[in-house]
Amino acid sequence: MISVKNLYKSFGDVMAVDDLSFEIKPGDVVGFLGPNGAGKSTTMKMLTGFLPQSSGEISIFDMSLSQHPIAIKKRIGYLPEGAPAYGDMTTLQFLNFIAQIRDYSGKEKQERIQDVIEKVELQDVLDKPIENLSKGFKRRVGLAQALLHDPQILILDEPTDGLDPNQKHQVRQLIQNLAKDKIVIISTHILEEVSAVCNRVMIIANGKLMFNGTPEELNRKSRYYGAITLRFSYKADTSELEELEGVAGMEVNPENGDITLFAEPDKQILHLVTALIQRCKLPVDSLMIEQGRLDEVFRDITQMEKAE
Amino acid sequence: MSNVLILLKREFASFFATPVAYVFIAIFLILSGVFAFFVGGLYERGQADLLAFFNFHPWLYLFLVPAMAMRTWSEERKSGSIELLMTLPISTWQAMIAKYLAAWLVLGLALVLTFPLWLTVNYLGNPDNGIILAAYIGSWFMAGAFLAIGICMSAMTKNQVIAFILSVVVCFLFVVSGSNIVLDIFKNWAPNLVIDTIASFSFLTHFEAMSKGVIALNDIGYFLLVTLTWLFAGLIIIDQKKAD
Repeated sequence: MISVKNLYKSFGDVMAVDDLSFEIKPGDVVGFLGPNGAGKSTTMKMLTGFLPQSSGEISIFDMSLSQHPIAIKKRIGYLPEGAPAYGDMTTLQFLNFIAQIRDYSGKEKQERIQDVIEKVELQDVLDKPIENLSKGFKRRVGLAQALLHDPQILILDEPTDGLDPNQKHQVRQLIQNLAKDKIVIISTHILEEVSAVCNRVMIIANGKLMFNGTPEELNRKSRYYGAITLRFSYKADTSELEELEGVAGMEVNPENGDITLFAEPDKQILHLVTALIQRCKLPVDSLMIEQGRLDEVFRDITQMEKAE
Repeated sequence: MSNVLILLKREFASFFATPVAYVFIAIFLILSGVFAFFVGGLYERGQADLLAFFNFHPWLYLFLVPAMAMRTWSEERKSGSIELLMTLPISTWQAMIAKYLAAWLVLGLALVLTFPLWLTVNYLGNPDNGIILAAYIGSWFMAGAFLAIGICMSAMTKNQVIAFILSVVVCFLFVVSGSNIVLDIFKNWAPNLVIDTIASFSFLTHFEAMSKGVIALNDIGYFLLVTLTWLFAGLIIIDQKKAD
């Protein structure tokens, strides 16, 4: 369990992390979202014991990070931003080094390395110096290093940055396949990633925690959540749609004429809309129930501060 | 302790993977030979000793050791691997000691590889091999002190060139503080105590005794003290500003 209380970090005059408090329990896969410079990486650096906090308390498995840094670091796997590694070593030498420093030796060490090589598919680059690898492979070497000791806490700073769609999918699969009693924290800019792998979302802006909940709850914040979008084959009279009971408003997309109907809070409008379409024989091509538009919610949440 | 060993192995291998160690050893062997024979007049002196060889070590180390030490921490900072290293279950002092020992071993290897000179004087005459051994040990410890300064400067910046220049300057101060040029400036007005103190900071003063075969505890102790002090300073610097 990770528990963070009133965490602050300032660099000179800049407050990078401003009064963060949260708890993360085993089984949580947390997506850390936020604009660039919001304090995501700084927070992760403090959680992994790389940066000392200016004030506040971090405790992990009921141990204070500042008092038991080594015991805690043993249980954390960390992929720093940009996946740094020792470029002059080959992939195998590097993993061997990490395994040794993580206290593995002999047969167990070989098994660990073999296991992690298969997990992130590094077989083809074992004897190549890391500095000669492509960005995607470097990232995978970084992941392998973080996963090697099967840590209870996995902290990944932008794990899919620079990967192609197939590799992204692979990494997400990997995270989902981790045992269910682990803590995983990933930071990302990619919103779909959050709905794809996380069961918890934290949004940070200007060092402050702006949202902490499930992806579902985040979706609900969107005004598009539960709205119905209709596409017509040709222009038709749609005024009756807006007057339906339970419809709070209507939006017309000026580009393609799509109509989006917003429901009043806690009202179901789907059956009314479909009934109306049948009754008036509206030329509807497609009907879509919106799941909420995360990018919009993200913008709203992260820019709230500036607007005030 | 095993952590230090693992880190040491990695650092040592890295010196040979990037050709730093080969370049250092080659240049050191060539230059020390050139200085001993052409400038020091190893043959012309007609004496079976290696004084002509050892006399130039402080000046060789002055440039070569900072060049070798400059990457130790700067590169970790630049590539970001310091973040990886410092989030592994090790403590900072273990990393520091490992980095120091790895580089010191390379320096020792370079010294060992000058053995043809030792063979030469033994072939030509009957030198006192005890003196030569003492001088080798003294030279190695002095190289260690240069190295600690270089590592400390490397801990300060992610720019290797800055680390190099800073450590050459600091090393230079330590070398010349015992030379007549510096001491003459103080001679006319400063009390003897001050002059002695300045002179006692000099690598030259302490190394001179050892290159003549006198291994005094205070000379070895001096180099050890300088080494530990600078490494400790480097440790504090890394702990304070590892993220910059």
